[in-house]
Amino acid sequence: MATFLNIDYQTWWLLATAIILVTYGILDGFDLGAGAWHLFLKKEDHRQLAMKVIAPIWDGNEVFLLIGGGALFAGFPEVYATLFSAMYVPFMLFLLFLITRGISIEFRNKEQFAWWKKSWDIGYGIASAVLPVLLGVVIANVLQGMPLDSHFEFTGSWLSFLNPYALFIGIMALSFTMVHGAAYLLIKTEGELHDRIHFLLKKILPIFTMLFTISVIWSIMKLSHGFPRRTALYVMLIVIIAVIGGIIWSIRKQKFHLTFIGSSFAMLLAGVLALVKHFPMMLPSTIDPINNSLTIYNGCGSEKSLETMLIIAAIGVPLVIVYVVFVYRIFWGKVNKEDSGY
Amino acid sequence: MDVEILSRIQFAFTVSFHYIFPPMSIGLGLLLVVMEGLFLKTKNPMYETLAKFWTKIFALIFTIGVATGVVMEFEFGTNWATYSRFVGDIFGSPLAIEGLFAFALESTFLGVLIFGWEKTKPQTHFISTIGVWVGAMLSAIWIVVANSWQQTPAGFHLVGHGLKIRAEITDFWGMVFNPSSVDRILHVWLSAFIVGAFLVLSIHAYYILKNRHVEISKKALKIALLIISICSFAQLESGHNSGNIVAKYQPEKLAALEGHWDSIAPANTYLIGYMDKTAEKTHGLYIPGGLSFLISYNFKAPIKGLKAFPKADRPGPLNIVFQSYHIMIALGLFFIGFSTLMLFLWWKGKLFNYRWLLWVSVFGIFLSQIATQVGWYAAEIGRQPWIVYKLLRTSDALSKVVKAEHLIFSIILFSLIYILLFIVFMYQLRKNILTGPEEKEDKLMSQ
Repeated sequence: MATFLNIDYQTWWLLATAIILVTYGILDGFDLGAGAWHLFLKKEDHRQLAMKVIAPIWDGNEVFLLIGGGALFAGFPEVYATLFSAMYVPFMLFLLFLITRGISIEFRNKEQFAWWKKSWDIGYGIASAVLPVLLGVVIANVLQGMPLDSHFEFTGSWLSFLNPYALFIGIMALSFTMVHGAAYLLIKTEGELHDRIHFLLKKILPIFTMLFTISVIWSIMKLSHGFPRRTALYVMLIVIIAVIGGIIWSIRKQKFHLTFIGSSFAMLLAGVLALVKHFPMMLPSTIDPINNSLTIYNGCGSEKSLETMLIIAAIGVPLVIVYVVFVYRIFWGKVNKEDSGY
Repeated sequence: MDVEILSRIQFAFTVSFHYIFPPMSIGLGLLLVVMEGLFLKTKNPMYETLAKFWTKIFALIFTIGVATGVVMEFEFGTNWATYSRFVGDIFGSPLAIEGLFAFALESTFLGVLIFGWEKTKPQTHFISTIGVWVGAMLSAIWIVVANSWQQTPAGFHLVGHGLKIRAEITDFWGMVFNPSSVDRILHVWLSAFIVGAFLVLSIHAYYILKNRHVEISKKALKIALLIISICSFAQLESGHNSGNIVAKYQPEKLAALEGHWDSIAPANTYLIGYMDKTAEKTHGLYIPGGLSFLISYNFKAPIKGLKAFPKADRPGPLNIVFQSYHIMIALGLFFIGFSTLMLFLWWKGKLFNYRWLLWVSVFGIFLSQIATQVGWYAAEIGRQPWIVYKLLRTSDALSKVVKAEHLIFSIILFSLIYILLFIVFMYQLRKNILTGPEEKEDKLMSQ
């Protein structure tokens, strides 16, 4: 097996894909969250300001999903093919809401009629809320496995994705984006809107804390792939307490930059937990976990392909970091009414 | 309806709709770079006004391009899972490059392009404009590389057998520089420049006809015209090269494109015609030996006809292939004629004198869109029955787990959302056009 620094290429590519997806969660997580709050903002100028905050960066954030999906197709084509064809309905719904959200953002401010704005607000708000739920559902099903036959083809029904664990993770994902989105909005706004978001954040935080904690515990209990359960549980509980504690403290101290870092950390934590617990599994088969599951070893591309892509990533990823930092710096600071929006 | 035909319809529909937008992004991107560049160089505020006006329209087009593009990335996996398994190892690297070097570049700088006018120095903003355009151009490269590999596979070997057979990459540069990629990338870029330029030409011609924003429109129209002219001439050469590649590597496709049935010499090229599938004959107006000449520079050279290939290996909808191809060429020649006439009039100082010509300019955008669409129809339907030429049939490439009900659900979903998207797009575009680039318009009609 080809390795680099004693780690095989498959693991490297899994790491790359996971980093891209976690980055996506941290970036798009906050603009989806901002969108999820939209319908809770009752004033027109609040809604406009909140949209101005995410206007220049939502599209760039979304690109990480594209890159992540591409990374999955590229490095683990069997997994990509099985997953996307199996979860046909969730992915189609995802596309529907993704497009709805994009058009809502683009067109909302183009006319002044109340009915026009209200319609796009509903589209934007609901789509922004549904998308993290769908993503949570997909990830939960990936972690818990699905009925795959010996050709790695799905043999279940499309409704099986809406099982309790998946739905729970979906709702938890939504609550995460709402905390994360609120934190970002707090950094970028001031005055009345800022206070409103502050109020809303304090309401959602206990819900998120509960959902997140239960999710972590439930996931550890459910998904044992040889990892010592007890140790994991204790370690994770300590980390959760630290992270949530940090978030609560930062809100009290009004240091919202730290809140954002805290919620980003929660996302990172979820990603690390999933990666470590799941490794080297990609799509477990509930029919025959030993023979029919897709792992990073049987679901991957050739070593030549992986090697080429790792070189590409080594050059490309630092470049992307440069662009992203460059752009965020231009839009640093509080948003105001004069800033251009859509 | 069966899964295969539904999957084909869905893909054709989603990709055709998507393809309305990226060529405009690439072409309009070029024009934005030119306009903003001219502003920085000449300090003439008209160029800044133009750049800002067209940036708004660019934003609209780009957003819809991205939204419909995500659909395509997902659709390979959802509907064509067997194809994804087969080509995954090959497409891995071009898609990784496209994601990291193209998408990331254009999407991050897009924010600055649209919203950063007031927040950056003019030079920084210009760099962002270039960044977005280069990102779009790079994106075109990698997707065309992937599609070209489907047409003329190279740099790979096959592993596995039966249901598990797949292509594995053996030579990255061999895969990238497969026989058709370079010519097709150039051809796609040129076609995108033409579409973008026609968009600008059409709208500014419309303004001149309505006696609005006249001064600024004359400037913009001239820039667009130059681009159309240079690129449509270049397309002749590019198209010819592509045709020769098809002749060499995909003879069945060439035969279908040209309506050539018998392998006897000489092979004719049709100016206009109709393929009769049952009689295995093509009727129409032709240049005797024309195809022989185009391929071999010899009116008598034999070219393989459709009858030389088993029926199962020929493209199914032959007339669609033939007509698409001929419409594309007819339009291409029209663009050459039209732009040459316009250049001549410009030289004579009479560019804006003829209203009927300005009206033809207005319709140019629709014609250029038709050309790019039918060009792809010829390329993709002409490749049938293969999804990867000679290696995988389209009918074998479907997702095995997706059922007809799922497809009907998703086709209806896409139809509804894309109709909505199109209505909102046209509505907003119309609004942008009616508002126009300037707050105070000049009412003078000067040359």
